[in-house]
Amino acid sequence: MLVVKTEGLTKEFRTGFWRTRVRVLHDLNLEVRQGEIFGYLGPNGAGKTTTMNLLMGLIYPTAGRAWILGRDVSDVAVKAAVGFLPENPYFYTYLTGWEFLNFYGQLFGIPSGERRRRIEELLHLVGLSDAGKLQLRKYSKGMLQRIGLAQALINDPQAVFLDEPMSGLDPVGRKEVRDLILSLKAKGKTVFFSSHIIPDVEMICDRVGIIVNGRLIRVGPLEELLGSELESIEISASGLDDAAMVEMAQWSVRPPVHRGEKVFFAVGTEKEAMQVVERLLKMGALIHAILPHRLTLEEHFLREVANREPGRRASPEPGRRGGP
Amino acid sequence: MFKIQAIAMNTFKEAVRDRILYAILVFAIAMIAGTVILARLGAGSGEKVIRDFGLGFISIFGTLIAVFLGIGLVHKEIDRRTIYTIVSKPIHRSQFIVGKYLGLCFTLFVNVAIMTATLVGIIYFFGEGLWDFRLVAASAMIFMELMVITGIAVLFSAFSTPALSAIFTLSLFAIGRLLNDFMMFGEKYAGATAGKVIGGLYYLLPNLARFNISTEVVHGVPLGEVISGMTILYGLLYVVTLLALTALIFQRRDFR
Ligand SMILES: Nc1ncnc2c1ncn2[C@@H]1O[C@H](COP(=O)(O)OP(=O)(O)OP(=O)(O)O)[C@@H](O)[C@H]1O
Ligand SMILES: [Mg+2]
Repeated sequence: MLVVKTEGLTKEFRTGFWRTRVRVLHDLNLEVRQGEIFGYLGPNGAGKTTTMNLLMGLIYPTAGRAWILGRDVSDVAVKAAVGFLPENPYFYTYLTGWEFLNFYGQLFGIPSGERRRRIEELLHLVGLSDAGKLQLRKYSKGMLQRIGLAQALINDPQAVFLDEPMSGLDPVGRKEVRDLILSLKAKGKTVFFSSHIIPDVEMICDRVGIIVNGRLIRVGPLEELLGSELESIEISASGLDDAAMVEMAQWSVRPPVHRGEKVFFAVGTEKEAMQVVERLLKMGALIHAILPHRLTLEEHFLREVANREPGRRASPEPGRRGGP
Repeated sequence: MFKIQAIAMNTFKEAVRDRILYAILVFAIAMIAGTVILARLGAGSGEKVIRDFGLGFISIFGTLIAVFLGIGLVHKEIDRRTIYTIVSKPIHRSQFIVGKYLGLCFTLFVNVAIMTATLVGIIYFFGEGLWDFRLVAASAMIFMELMVITGIAVLFSAFSTPALSAIFTLSLFAIGRLLNDFMMFGEKYAGATAGKVIGGLYYLLPNLARFNISTEVVHGVPLGEVISGMTILYGLLYVVTLLALTALIFQRRDFR
């Protein structure tokens, strides 16, 4: 069974004085499978939160439908098996952490004994055991994000929806959230989370969807998305005279970069690489490294964004990475 | 039911942990106690003055608290986006509205009870050691009126800003208090059509004057003559209608 399914999900907002319609989500067809970690990736304003809120029944679609665990999202009963952490969550500041979780536990109708056990467990899980008696107004941003996560798990949900769960967290906190998501997966839960922090997505997701300007433009397993497609082959060499430099600049797909003795340049195909190496050897140059370079998710992402959002630059700066 | 109770208790907690509520309550108690001075200044029927003003203050401060908390009740949850984590739980939006409403009513109940206890206590000490429980009946009807006012405030708070809600609610409050006078005015001077419109409005707008039995209570009219089951039924029906309308509006809106 699919955990999330949407069909032609479309959302328009009316904005401004004339209430003009702005379409922020276009015909979204999305499927999230049982037990996977699905990363929903997109730049600011792409429509991630809009999608999330549609799935949670906070806003209603202009067109299309969505199901969670096989039930229409408008069916309140389905929420019993769902956990949700909103983006930049705001909570009742006058409650203590313990009261806060207790309140949500009550909304799920969890009996008091089990609720108590669950709260202690979750406070421990998110590292807030000592802060349970503190009012939320005294929590730091990172602590709020953690208690928000605990809140999303109070009902031991089958499917967990997290809108930018790592935002506002330091590197240690981010790692902890990643580990938490992985442990959810290990327990057979399905996690759907949005982010624009690519390494976070890259490290833990089984499948990724990339959304830009309200359109889902790519979706698939991470390996597939990254592909085996060769972006370039980077060659570093030294001992080139001026004539050799000119020739190499012609071969290179981006301007060569000098770093100390070495010069870095890149060619597009393996065949070209062979030819260049042959030339270099003939010219008596010393070759230090030949590195095939595949696109990282980040570069994929930047490239896709650049294609759909003219005006944003995307090509990675030459020689930014590399060097043996 | 359990979920509604949870929402209500949380609403109560929020109100109780807000310092402004205490400020209003302390001020109200001070004003009620202050009626003793008024009574001392005036000659003769000092106790009547205390009863009269005391009940007046309970009504005024009760209304103040009802409007003040009511207008922000739902709006604040949307504005602060705390609604996100509520609506995404297995709870109907209408349950949320009812829970919020009941929570506020409970808050008002506690406040009115404290103010009434103060007034009854003052009468006991000022007078000749007499517990005047007729005042409790007058307060109960004030509370009934507050329930209607709260319903109005919550209705507006579901779709407009607190400032606008306050204006709307207070206007309706004023009209509701004076509805009988308008009606009489209409019957006397308006033509046939205008009379019909006024008649229609009479049934539509909240007739808050019905709940005001303070004068009669102070002047010793038997309770049986001033409290009618119809008035209580009217109040309850009015509240249920307001809540149904609020839930209907709330059900359709996007939270963003
Ligand atoms: N309430 C609203 N009214 C009008 N437009 C809105 C509203 N909410 C969002 N939008 C628009 O919809 C688009 C998508 O917004 P959304 O919040 O879904 O983006 P996002 O992918 O979550 O971005 P971010 O990474 O910044 O959180 C944006 O262009 C935004 O301006
Ligand atoms: Mg967002």
